[in-house]
Amino acid sequence: MVVILDLILGLVVQGLQMVLVLALAPLLLGFTRKVKARLLRRRGPPVLQPYRDLLKLIRKEAVLAQNASWLFRAAPYLIFATTWVAAALVPTFATGLSFNWAADLIALTALVGSARFLLALVGMDVGTSFGGIGSSREMLFASLAEPAMIMIVFTVALVAGSTQLSAIANFMLDNATLRVSLGLAATGLVIVAVAENARIPVDNPATHLELTMVHEAMVLEYSGRHLALIEFAAALKLLLYVSLIACMFVPWGIAPAGAGIGAMAWGLLTYVGKLFAGGFLLVLAETSVAKMRVFRVPAFLGIALMLGLLGTLLLFVSRSF
Amino acid sequence: MPTAVALCGVAVLLGTAGLALVARGRAAAISKLVYAVCLAAAVVLLLAGCVHLIFIQGRAEPVVLPIGLPWIGAHFRLDALAAFFLIVVNLGAAGASLFAIGYGEHETAPERVLPFYPAFLAGMNLVVLADDAFSFLFAWELMSLTSWALVLAHHRDPDNRHAGYVYILMASFGTLALLLAFGLLAGGSGGYAFDQMREGARVLPALVLILALLGAGSKAGLVPLHVWLPLAHPAAPSHVSALMSGVMTKVAVYGFIRIVFDLNGAPAWWWSILIIALAGITCVMGVLSALMQHDLKRLLAYHTVENIGIIFIGLGLALAFSAHGLSAPAAMAFTAGLLHVFNHSLFKSLLFFGSGAILNATAERDMEHLGGLIHTMPLTAFAFLTGCAAISALPPLNGFVSEWLTFQAILLSPTLPSWGLKLIVPAVGAMLALSAALAAACFVKAFGVTFLGRARSVAAQSATETDRCSLTAMFAFAGLCLLAGILPGLFIDALAPVAQRLLGASMPTQSFIPWLSIVPIAESRSSYNGLLVFVFVGVSALAAVQVIHRYASRELRRGPAWDCGFPDPDPATQYTADSFAQPIRRVFGAVVFRARERVEMPPPGDAHAARLTVTLRDLIWDTLYAPLARAIALAAEKLNRLQFLTIRQYLSLVFAALVSLLLVLSIWS
Amino acid sequence: MGGVSFDVAHMLAGGLVLVSFMLLYQERIFALLNVFALHALVLSASVAWQGLIQEAPHLYITAGIALVLKAFIIPIALHRIVMGLGIHRSIETVVGIGPTMLAGIGLVALSMVVMLKATTASAASPLAREDLAFALSVVLLSLMMMVTRRNAVSQVVGFMSLENGLILAAAGAKGMPLVVEMSVAFSVLVAFIVIGVFLFRIRERFDTVDVQALDAFRGERR
Repeated sequence: MVVILDLILGLVVQGLQMVLVLALAPLLLGFTRKVKARLLRRRGPPVLQPYRDLLKLIRKEAVLAQNASWLFRAAPYLIFATTWVAAALVPTFATGLSFNWAADLIALTALVGSARFLLALVGMDVGTSFGGIGSSREMLFASLAEPAMIMIVFTVALVAGSTQLSAIANFMLDNATLRVSLGLAATGLVIVAVAENARIPVDNPATHLELTMVHEAMVLEYSGRHLALIEFAAALKLLLYVSLIACMFVPWGIAPAGAGIGAMAWGLLTYVGKLFAGGFLLVLAETSVAKMRVFRVPAFLGIALMLGLLGTLLLFVSRSF
Repeated sequence: MPTAVALCGVAVLLGTAGLALVARGRAAAISKLVYAVCLAAAVVLLLAGCVHLIFIQGRAEPVVLPIGLPWIGAHFRLDALAAFFLIVVNLGAAGASLFAIGYGEHETAPERVLPFYPAFLAGMNLVVLADDAFSFLFAWELMSLTSWALVLAHHRDPDNRHAGYVYILMASFGTLALLLAFGLLAGGSGGYAFDQMREGARVLPALVLILALLGAGSKAGLVPLHVWLPLAHPAAPSHVSALMSGVMTKVAVYGFIRIVFDLNGAPAWWWSILIIALAGITCVMGVLSALMQHDLKRLLAYHTVENIGIIFIGLGLALAFSAHGLSAPAAMAFTAGLLHVFNHSLFKSLLFFGSGAILNATAERDMEHLGGLIHTMPLTAFAFLTGCAAISALPPLNGFVSEWLTFQAILLSPTLPSWGLKLIVPAVGAMLALSAALAAACFVKAFGVTFLGRARSVAAQSATETDRCSLTAMFAFAGLCLLAGILPGLFIDALAPVAQRLLGASMPTQSFIPWLSIVPIAESRSSYNGLLVFVFVGVSALAAVQVIHRYASRELRRGPAWDCGFPDPDPATQYTADSFAQPIRRVFGAVVFRARERVEMPPPGDAHAARLTVTLRDLIWDTLYAPLARAIALAAEKLNRLQFLTIRQYLSLVFAALVSLLLVLSIWS
Repeated sequence: MGGVSFDVAHMLAGGLVLVSFMLLYQERIFALLNVFALHALVLSASVAWQGLIQEAPHLYITAGIALVLKAFIIPIALHRIVMGLGIHRSIETVVGIGPTMLAGIGLVALSMVVMLKATTASAASPLAREDLAFALSVVLLSLMMMVTRRNAVSQVVGFMSLENGLILAAAGAKGMPLVVEMSVAFSVLVAFIVIGVFLFRIRERFDTVDVQALDAFRGERR
């Protein structure tokens, strides 16, 4: 009886997690836009504006190019689904999620990679040069960001003893220390997060100039509900990376496995606080630097790859690093 | 019993080859019959292998035939390793034969293909079944020669002739290396049967390893011995390319495993460092070269080189773990390598079948002349997309599972005490991750330029869908890719007897784990559930579709492309394969290929077009093979003078040789 | 002591290695000087932390000297020299960032092998030897920086960061007397003044401080 109750509670927590990430993603986006505007001495759109934008887009008629294929129509749903599943796997307010063992950090990286694979393909679908620019640049950035992410995963996994996210979160909660390899991994993860979410200095999420487009160029032909799903997926990806950094490197406040409702409520509160803090720091960094030339980004991502490689190398050499 | 059945299947194949040779006047008429017989034989062999691997699992009794060398005869035996590779070979063979039933109708020179194709299948099967060195080498040469004949099927094309020439050179070199390796393994007693080699004393095991790397590695495609692969694999007809890339390279891996893991005895600590280092370089070089190609089949061939690198990383790690006595991690690394063998044969064959279908429909291999095929060949496009997603290691397909297992094996490596391994394994892990990301970029390019966008030529516009047999073969393999991705535990359990036999340990049984996850080491450490990932993604996507279509809008309108308000009707303005790869070529290619771009602009007022030239150099060919060829030519030049000596000079040569031999005899007692 | 103190020491030493990597790819002279100031800052923090955990107060003085001299005075003075030489707008092409970084990681691996494998017989604890491994990495990376640079000012900065690495090694190895530190610091100051004077003289005479160009004035060829 207790076992069944535990199972139901676990499923409820997992379902709550899935709904939570869905609900919070546009809020994080709206918050970052508002803070950015304020830092630039503008008033900025309301914090809840992304919700209204998504609702408006969903209700609109979708206009497709004459030669858009079935892949073009199906891809937004698949991109949204893979990003949502990936975001729902990261522990946010509690570590003992029921289906946490279904996919570990490597699988999470690969799920995000699948979404990117599909996005790059649809950029090539309509046969315009803008889509080609977006896809080829995106795959260049991915060819460095993904190995950097994998090396960072290796570093954290060698410290925590597992690639399972809940195990990592529990380990960090119990043994919070300053370690060189974790410092290197944290710096690398911040760089990868900036690159993957198409933020300044890698890509400008608010631009429509050809010279500066990467992510926007791939989705240029989308409209209506398809565009809504893709924008939602981008917001979910930002939430995923901020949650990942919070879960791995700033885990205080997460409710450990088997904790009660009070601990989970506290976990939820700290999680929302961490989200806002992360968003604020991201926007602060964005307003301080200029966007890089496209061919300086590989050097930027190469730094993340080197940091990950250095961290893994140090841990291979000696476990006390 | 399965061994006898397998040998009967091979006999049927050889008989079919003979029949095709005799009836080559009417080759076009009997083409379907020959391929159907090959399909049936391959299925029988596949079943024999499955029965052995799943039910018998141990070593069968050898079948000794009174052919071959008079004092040993020819030994054939099935054990767990041979059964697994029999399955791999014949699954690929069955798929290729099924594909060829439809594809073979478009063959312009069937009399040059049909006699050699069954013999090629027979040769590959005999290599796997062989239990003594002589039959192994005989079957290996049969395999090489028949595939060489198939590469030269369209011999009027000078590129194909060059490919055949390089191929026969490298194949002969490989067989020589293997001959020397078996000679060393037979040792002083001269026992050529594998049983005698296992029991005998080891002579120079390090040299045997290097010879095996040269021989089997060149056939598999390890850098720097891979130069023949991107020339020969595209030159052959597409079903043969699928077999060469997907299956023959795996037979070479089988040869390597048999020699190094089984016959050569206990490994030394430094062997794995060499293998892992070579494998890492192979991965990165293979995928970077693939990215620079715009010929679809050559891209796929270079990609095979990368996947062979991934397989050898797993095998090298297994060797490292077993050299230090850690048998459980060795089993995991070995299973990862073998699982990638199986997965790669599936999706590489699928991709070659797709390129064969495209070749049939459009007579084009160059991606720069294709485009928009997703509209005219939708089913081929779907199967090809599944192959692209599988080879890019995307969950929930099968490529991800073997790569995940390899990463988990790398994560176990800090327990290895050797310092060389401590430094090399993280570097190779980074190279593996880099090549996986570049592979995804490569296949976005391949699928995007070939199938998506607008048609770049009349041939691409007027393409039609392929025939049903080819489509059935492609969809069967695509289905197997998905199955191996969502039920990996079953395949890992099927591989357990192989690891048990060679390394003395195997991975924990996966079939009884709840929800069909795979847990390679322990629950708390890592696990992966392909089925659940697949179900979650599918359910979320369907839920999104339902919710949006019911509560929001499902209206759709078609219009011209937006393209920021300036759509260009000319399909030449869209991205080509070279332009897609340009950023990556600029970042990586400048160092690895000395890639240089040169723009020649006409002077102002001149109405001619500007010219962009991209030069790439194959540094391995330039630094290793070209000087070697020049040295051999120089030596041959010098030695040619021996043809034109006078009679007195010939007599003095004979006299000098006689005197020096007598001197040697007198001094060396 | 134990765990946390060693972790912080490793963190600071690792940070110094990272800043040495940053020195490798700076192209503009002012940015290079700023990163060098950061290098000295991290060094002084590291030495101060060593002073704390070893309970050796003279290390605080070392940290203070490093902070004042190398994080403030020397960068500001080099700033003035660079403005005076008029080369503050020049961009120095670095020899291929990718291969340089890979070589840097190779050097870190080499110093790990030397310190942790080849010196297992020594009496120091493994954790202290890890700090020494980081210090050796800083020395090797600074040497590589001097090798790959063309500008004389960049080579001076490389030489200074090499000396920072030696100070880190000495601080970690328990016991560098104050007298030695003061003499080292003064010799650095003198060397730097001499170098500064010479740089102006070279500039006056040859109109450039590019060491490749200076090679052309060497006299008889080999």
